[in-house]
Amino acid sequence: MNYVIIGNGTAAVGVIEGIRVVDKTGPITVISTEPYPVYGRPLISYLLYGKTSEDKMLHYRPEGFYENNGVTALLGKTVSRIDPAGKTVALESGETVPYDRLCVCTGSRPFVPPMDGLELVENQTSFMTLDDAKRLDRMLGVKNDKRVLILGAGLIGLKCAEGIYQRVKELTVVDLAPRILPNVLTEEPAAIIQRHIEGKGVKFLLKDSVEQFFPYGARLKSGKTVDFDVLVVAVGVRPNISLAEDAGCEINRGILIDDHAQTTVPGIYAAGDCTVSHDISANTDRILAILPGAYLQGEAAGMNMAGGDRAFTKAIPMNASGFMGLHMITAGCYEGEQYLEQDSERYKLLVTRDNRLVGYIMIGDVDRAGIYTSLIREQTPLDSIDFELIREKPQLMAFSRAERAKKLGGVHA
Amino acid sequence: MAIDFLYPQYEVVRNYDRCISCRACERQCANEVHFYDPEFQKMMVDESKCVNCHRCVSLCPTRALKIVKTDHTFKENANWTGKAISEVYRQAGSGGVLLSSMGNPEPYPIYWDKMLINASQVTNPSIDPLREPMETKTFLGKKPGRIERDADGRLVPNLAPQLELNVPVMFSAMSYGSISYNAHESLARAACELGTYYNTGEGGLHQDFYQYGPHTIVQVASGRFGVHKDYLEAGAAIEIKMGQGAKPGIGGHLPGHKVGPDISKTRMIPEGTDAISPAPHHDIYSIEDLRQLVFSLKEATEYKKPVMVKIAAVHNVAAIASGVARSGADVICIDGYRGGTGAAPTRIRDNVGIPIELALASVDQRLRDEGIRDQVSVVVGGSIRNSADLLKAIALGADACYIATSALLALGCHLCRSCQAGKCNWGIATQRPELVKRLNPDIGYKRLVNLVTAWDHELKEMMGGMGINSIEALRGNRLMLRGLGLNEKELQILGIKHAGE
Amino acid sequence: MKRVYVNEKWCLGCHLCEYYCAFANSGKSSMVKALKDHRIAPRIRIEERNNISFAVNCRHCEDPLCVKGCISGALTIEDGAVHIDSDKCVGCYTCILSCPYGALSTSNEGAIQKCELCAKNAFGQPMCVQGCPNKAIVYEER
Repeated sequence: MNYVIIGNGTAAVGVIEGIRVVDKTGPITVISTEPYPVYGRPLISYLLYGKTSEDKMLHYRPEGFYENNGVTALLGKTVSRIDPAGKTVALESGETVPYDRLCVCTGSRPFVPPMDGLELVENQTSFMTLDDAKRLDRMLGVKNDKRVLILGAGLIGLKCAEGIYQRVKELTVVDLAPRILPNVLTEEPAAIIQRHIEGKGVKFLLKDSVEQFFPYGARLKSGKTVDFDVLVVAVGVRPNISLAEDAGCEINRGILIDDHAQTTVPGIYAAGDCTVSHDISANTDRILAILPGAYLQGEAAGMNMAGGDRAFTKAIPMNASGFMGLHMITAGCYEGEQYLEQDSERYKLLVTRDNRLVGYIMIGDVDRAGIYTSLIREQTPLDSIDFELIREKPQLMAFSRAERAKKLGGVHA
Repeated sequence: MAIDFLYPQYEVVRNYDRCISCRACERQCANEVHFYDPEFQKMMVDESKCVNCHRCVSLCPTRALKIVKTDHTFKENANWTGKAISEVYRQAGSGGVLLSSMGNPEPYPIYWDKMLINASQVTNPSIDPLREPMETKTFLGKKPGRIERDADGRLVPNLAPQLELNVPVMFSAMSYGSISYNAHESLARAACELGTYYNTGEGGLHQDFYQYGPHTIVQVASGRFGVHKDYLEAGAAIEIKMGQGAKPGIGGHLPGHKVGPDISKTRMIPEGTDAISPAPHHDIYSIEDLRQLVFSLKEATEYKKPVMVKIAAVHNVAAIASGVARSGADVICIDGYRGGTGAAPTRIRDNVGIPIELALASVDQRLRDEGIRDQVSVVVGGSIRNSADLLKAIALGADACYIATSALLALGCHLCRSCQAGKCNWGIATQRPELVKRLNPDIGYKRLVNLVTAWDHELKEMMGGMGINSIEALRGNRLMLRGLGLNEKELQILGIKHAGE
Repeated sequence: MKRVYVNEKWCLGCHLCEYYCAFANSGKSSMVKALKDHRIAPRIRIEERNNISFAVNCRHCEDPLCVKGCISGALTIEDGAVHIDSDKCVGCYTCILSCPYGALSTSNEGAIQKCELCAKNAFGQPMCVQGCPNKAIVYEER
């Protein structure tokens, strides 16, 4: 079996490792526009923050990962077309690569909406890739004298803010939404994080957007003006679907796949941020651009491509992020009965629906949050555990003795 | 607050240079001696509650603790010792009978330590147990007086039921109630692995332990707790308890607060009621009455199991034993005054009964004199502390020994002698679940097996040294013993010569 | 593979496993040096309530969500055990989000810490097991 993977992110690593669980020898080819070995995308903010280095980043997998897994990595090459009938992919450089099984792990790209005068801005970048980070790093220089405008108060924008806030003179974040992290948090916790970030000197202009850009400034809809030296556009992302779409795969914003990561075209699989997942917490289909999910989906795809049988049915939105020392973990959706616990140190919201935990938000004290995540992922009936205890804090004490014996005591069945 | 006149017996010495305030001592002390003081940010103690059980000392990961005897003292004299004085204070305060546990601690003579063992030199070869056969197996039960043959000259099997012991040591009676479930499980599993027996005591047999029946001696005592047909049939032998060395002449008392669901079920008494064993068996006032019970039990179990009768070593022990032998019992068990207990009135524990060494020697002699020694086996207990005590007991005439205090020590008991409080920090003499779980039988049974195995090795070494290779050849072989520092009368009762003779 | 298993039936809640863990991973030569006047941050932690107690540390799952979700590649499986390269770890806490046992925790150094079966410290075998007085924690093949 001959495997080809388009893309070289986390999902692709999942695919490689998934294939190798089942098939130790079949040749694998990875084709990626980026010239680097795989790296964890979210690390780019930590790179700017100084918590990691380019070298460490590029060792997401150890030295020799591709060679040891029998992977031919065509890095810096871009796929122009998939031919599902001939079972080949064509590269922009003119070559074609045949496949028996193909996995599309093309991820997403920054979405830059049309804005007046954007082309005038001299120093601007998105914040998605290592090259973006390096570009931003160059633009900031070393003098801590730059004024930066970040467009977008989502995860990318705010992680970017964390990465650079100690290296700039002024940092402003503008977002159309009325609160920060609009896709991740509800109002109150968003305000907590916002206050914390503001405490570090970052200025937020919410419910506002840019009306007109100038080379070193912008006028907002509200009439305010922001002067900046560097602009980061982090408004949102869009999945890269065109290759799959052209190959005949069904699309609904993202690439549609079944629970075995198979697209609607035989022989073609897809995984990661370019796909539509079924979010079991909200019981809806949506694009979940989540790193752990991408890996698990990729792994399932890989195993299935190699003839194994692995379903990935536990997709939920989830996030662990720190912002300038304040940590936040969230998962699932927030529609349902809400249980709130809050003091000056921590904020915790649990959301239940139909005897299940469906979502939570923890800020400050995030200790053992995974126990909550697991309840959501496993759809554990809450009447099978001691809900009062689990509300108090994530703890295995809330489970039955028999369940604990399974979890901790190596007792099976 | 009234003056209580009682002062702490011990001091808890903490090396603050080593204490890391992990609070293991605090968590492990059921007596609540240790506590953390947040204000001083260090561990503190209330030594008045300390019973010197060493649980904290043993678990302290930095060896920061030791317990010392206080040097605080009364104005004592040889007559009015500190103990005597404080006992008066205690009774003046409470108006009650003083209670104690474990064996008689008073400084009466220990005859084991005044007897020395012989060894071969020149004229008879000693035996190396590692190279030559050495048998420490023994059988308990009535031995036939003569060989019988049928008309065709074939042997008639006339051997009474026997207990087969791979080592001449058994675990003596400790009831479920006086000791914990986990202690019982440890004893039961150790008996199985060692090829010997443990004894239920008078508390019945927990359903979970019926599986160990072939290595169980089931006891029938004056309270008849937990005695029923299945119980009698479950054991390998039945023991009638007439007396106990720690408290001859009185019964037992398990307070109602220790009678939880499990114990209630096992003892067949309502939960929360006191389990009171009467001082006498109310159906036994003579040897003839005893004989009735012996044969009732034999009848109930189809004469398949030996019946043992346990008595305390008291003044007329030889005559009593003679009567017991004639009652039809297969084994006589004699318990000396140093035998332990979960609770006994202090005065009785410390003043009633006689040393097991003297009792054993006189019983063995009396049964021989009467020509009925083979009708019964003799088992002795009451502080057999080591393999030398064991060997000396056999040489004085015992068929085997019972151990209990040594067994509890193996399980972690530190002889703090506070069993009656029910707060045993070692999970042995307690029914509190959080304390009981401190004794993991997986660990406990192994330690028991280790102890008895070690004694067996030593026994073989000493026997080999004497040129003896079987328990039969050692039993009653008083020539192998010599007394040291004993008077004529003592030597006469023990039936041994003085060293040098 | 040998793993650490916990039997809550025998756990006494003495917390000694936590102290032995903290000591084992301290790099110090004695427990006193390592832990005196320190607030410990062990990789094994006791849960306790109403006389029930048990230790929780990394289960070294065959299919570890923490490793699969790690954004930096700091968490890896070596010989079946899950290890962490604290130099690579950026402290994003995705593993805390992922672990169904709550077995990873934050360390004073910012990186995540977790049980590595004492494979990388001076002791070479799990010290929580050595320090448990009642065999409530065992290290064995099952």
